[in-house]
Amino acid sequence: MYDGGKIVAGIIIGLIFLTFPIWYTHGTAPPRPEVKLPEKTKECVEPRAYMKTKHMQLIDLWRDSVVRVGNRSYLAFNGKKYDMSLQNTCISADCHAKKSEFCDRCHNYTGVVPYCWDCHIEPEEKPQAEEKH
Amino acid sequence: MGVNRRKFLKIAGMSTLGAAAAPASNALGAVNPIEWVNEKLGGFTPFETLLHLLHRPVGYEPGEALTGQRWVMVVNVKGLDEEIAEACMEVCHRVHNVPKIDNARHEIKWIWHAEYKHVFPGQKHEHIGEKYQHAPFLVMCNHCENPACVRVCPTKATFKRKQDGIVLMDMHRCIGCRFCMAACPFGARSFNWIIPWPRESAGTLPRFRKGKEPPNPEFPTRVKGVVEKCNFCAERLAKGQIPACVEVCQEAAKEKGKEPALVFGDLEDPDSKVRELLRSHYTLRRKPELGTNPNVYYMV
Repeated sequence: MYDGGKIVAGIIIGLIFLTFPIWYTHGTAPPRPEVKLPEKTKECVEPRAYMKTKHMQLIDLWRDSVVRVGNRSYLAFNGKKYDMSLQNTCISADCHAKKSEFCDRCHNYTGVVPYCWDCHIEPEEKPQAEEKH
Repeated sequence: MGVNRRKFLKIAGMSTLGAAAAPASNALGAVNPIEWVNEKLGGFTPFETLLHLLHRPVGYEPGEALTGQRWVMVVNVKGLDEEIAEACMEVCHRVHNVPKIDNARHEIKWIWHAEYKHVFPGQKHEHIGEKYQHAPFLVMCNHCENPACVRVCPTKATFKRKQDGIVLMDMHRCIGCRFCMAACPFGARSFNWIIPWPRESAGTLPRFRKGKEPPNPEFPTRVKGVVEKCNFCAERLAKGQIPACVEVCQEAAKEKGKEPALVFGDLEDPDSKVRELLRSHYTLRRKPELGTNPNVYYMV
């Protein structure tokens, strides 16, 4: 092999560069996001595990059902009926009242930017600075 | 083993017969399987239906909802004055988060009032009495039985709801092509040319462009690039309330001792108030010659 030393050195340097993000940030991953669960309400419309993995499909189902079919009431796993509404049920004062402490925590962590909030309105949150005064 | 001449002719003949049979069966009124499936799926794609079957069942509408087979509005022009018309516009635009925009080219309106010559352009003549010429005719989406906007929408973002005939917008699907605006003969649709609900910064609530009023938290806002229009207060009907403009008119009528300017009801119910009015009064509809069959009637 001609210039073997240079090639091997080049490969090694290349590997170091390629794997740099892995070993440089090893062990320094930001902590898992912790969402703040609502205080007043203990149960969501489906069991927690289901909501964790499937809430997007559920919300999509709600959207189609309300907008296109006109069925607005959802039979939850606990037998209760809920108004299928992002603004009036999910993010209402009794449930996930603060978007920044619930939706945003995981979505920011994973870099997911759903366009729900381009149109739908979350409840107003007082800025932190104002509360201290 | 190839296809010989005799076999080829047989296959060709059968194919021609088969191709001819499909339109023939349609002409006989036979069910088109694709349309039948579409109707059974209620506007969903087969994939969406499968996905929904895997989920828990969706409950039915709450009992308190107002239900009808064909909602119509009767506008009693005698009961209208400018003040009532403005009140209707105000309440509609407030509950539905319709922004106030001064620039007429960017304006968004769900309900507004216009003069006779603009509302009934085919029926104007120069000797119409002053009181009709300048009366404020309330106009809105006519929720046509045969809506042109629905036919042209390439994404099915606008559609006629099967159970009660309301023509609705699905903002999630609207791509802003404005075919519907070109198709609508009544100018009932508005396009969001500018961001209707600007947020000052991320994390703050959207505000009206003018006056910085907070939005109605129970109703969504819109984004730039979608078309919007009157929805006959579908969200209020689901809660058992009559449309907001009709409610305002009823209150105003009580206060002023006039007849209510707007009456809302089910055309398919022979005992409804609207049917009674249509029986006992002469009524007009806007541009009936176009065949869209509007569901807003005018009692002049």
